[in-house]
Amino acid sequence: MAEEASHTFLRQFGCEQSLLSKPDGSASYFQGDTNVLSGVYGPAEVKVSKEIYDRATLEVLIQPKVGLPSVRERAREQCVRETCEAVLLSTLHPRSSLTLILQVIHDDGSLLSCCLNAACMALMDAGLPMSCLFCGITCSISVDGQIITDPTAEQEKESRALMTFAIDSAQKGVLMATTKGSFSVTELQECIAVSQKASERIFQFYRDSVFRRYSKIL
Amino acid sequence: MKDAPLSNCERQFLLQAIEQKKRQDGRQTYDYRSIKITFGTEYGCCTVELGKTRVLSQVSCELASPKDSRPTEGLLFTNLELSQMASPAFEPSRQSELLVKLNRQLERCLRNSKCIDMESLCIISGEKVWQIRVDVHVLNYDGNLMDASSIAAITALSHFRRPDVSIQGQDITVHPAAERDPIPLSIYHMPISVSFAFFQQGTYLLVDPCEREERVMDGLLFIAMNKHREICSIQSSGGIMLLKEQVLRCSKIASVKVSEITELIHKALDNDKKVRKEGGKCGFAESMSKERITSLQTVESPVEMTDVQETAREIIHNAETPSETTLSPVLHAVGLGQVGEGVSSGWGVEEDEEDEGMEDQPERAEGSRKGDVVVISDSEEEEVVVLQ
Repeated sequence: MAEEASHTFLRQFGCEQSLLSKPDGSASYFQGDTNVLSGVYGPAEVKVSKEIYDRATLEVLIQPKVGLPSVRERAREQCVRETCEAVLLSTLHPRSSLTLILQVIHDDGSLLSCCLNAACMALMDAGLPMSCLFCGITCSISVDGQIITDPTAEQEKESRALMTFAIDSAQKGVLMATTKGSFSVTELQECIAVSQKASERIFQFYRDSVFRRYSKIL
Repeated sequence: MKDAPLSNCERQFLLQAIEQKKRQDGRQTYDYRSIKITFGTEYGCCTVELGKTRVLSQVSCELASPKDSRPTEGLLFTNLELSQMASPAFEPSRQSELLVKLNRQLERCLRNSKCIDMESLCIISGEKVWQIRVDVHVLNYDGNLMDASSIAAITALSHFRRPDVSIQGQDITVHPAAERDPIPLSIYHMPISVSFAFFQQGTYLLVDPCEREERVMDGLLFIAMNKHREICSIQSSGGIMLLKEQVLRCSKIASVKVSEITELIHKALDNDKKVRKEGGKCGFAESMSKERITSLQTVESPVEMTDVQETAREIIHNAETPSETTLSPVLHAVGLGQVGEGVSSGWGVEEDEEDEGMEDQPERAEGSRKGDVVVISDSEEEEVVVLQ
């Protein structure tokens, strides 16, 4: 393990909320050059075939920039949906539908984590009840075993392993994990530890943005 | 999810306002809403905001073989997507009437007007040409999608650069952007669509209708025109009778609007070019308004990793050692084994046989060779039985 590297970086990130007029909640989240736009509709009327009697039905759609959604998008949709279902208090809105649409604007690495962050920001903007917040962190392990958080597309390509974690704000627990490539148990634990540290930055950012948003009203 | 219907009193209110030459947002009859064009970090990517309507356009290219009828021409493919994000009424993967109409009009506006030099996209005649693909995603719907999409599509096409190619005999080399500067498309003119909404059987006319106005209108007229005042396509829908004078008047209004919009597009393109040349930052993140109360940005932030290794070691140290699972292969039948836990497999085993114990399987399997078990074994697999 490279001992000299005591720091890793999160690229410049930011978010704009309520930028679309139609959806109930919307957010555009960027991490470096990666940019995802998200919109949330709901709680709203649900199709009878999709109705669940004791909670809301959550649908997640990821739209690629070029072409139609493929298996890769479906896999990402599932990751995001399962994370959102874990934190949303969907039992408060039984027999209703929640729709989360994510539009990829630009992919420059760490796309899934950007999707997760955009999703959380949009859910916050829509004012949906959640038990806690969540954020997504992507870590890559380079060939020489160094951990890089929030990798760019180039760093992703050169990496030996790539992992994305969704981390909740309450316990800093791992809500969702998806990995690619091979790594050891120690490396996995290290990546989780790094992600938990990095998540503090993002949660602080969430806090700041909410604070800013309501500062002029209070 | 269905869209909320428009109530009768709202409809009446809107129509009355139009009769009095008033519009909800305070515009005049021939006014456009404000247009904002922003470019992404990639070439050929832009968003256009027309009031609250917002569309994203992305141009991409790939090598393809040309049509047999036109072996020296490249291909242009347009695809407009009504994302559910734009309106809950847009259903994914359904060809609605609106979607077909918009796609067809966009195609006529771009392809049939021959605004791009298709022959310059040819690499080897009859074998390899560039196929240019324009994807337009509707992000927010507040009326007049056609104008927004046509502006976005032509702006993205003008912004787009394709990779350079070199040919040696039959070998085509595509040079990445780092090797050779990418080449812009040669665009002859910029067709821009202008929409006119008609009310009360064509008595009243509005330019750039918003969503509510679109809901109460009787008919719609699209005129696609370039700044040289050449009409590229014209289409009337909604089934209203228009007089010759009305169409002529609309084309006059369109020519004014088109020259304004073309100038705006050129200004935006020049601006982006200048920023890129100076090596400044470009992309949507840069154009995000920083003054808005709902937007916030942070700078690049370090994440400390000093005690990460200790934490990881501790967790692994403290973790309970996983219970030793003996990975003994379980043999259900001849030629069928199972390793580890899981639902017991029923492959190749007849239903009534599953209940029987596993111990006696090897012998029984030999007996059942006659036919009721699907046997996919040979002598090697019988050696596996001995392992158990």
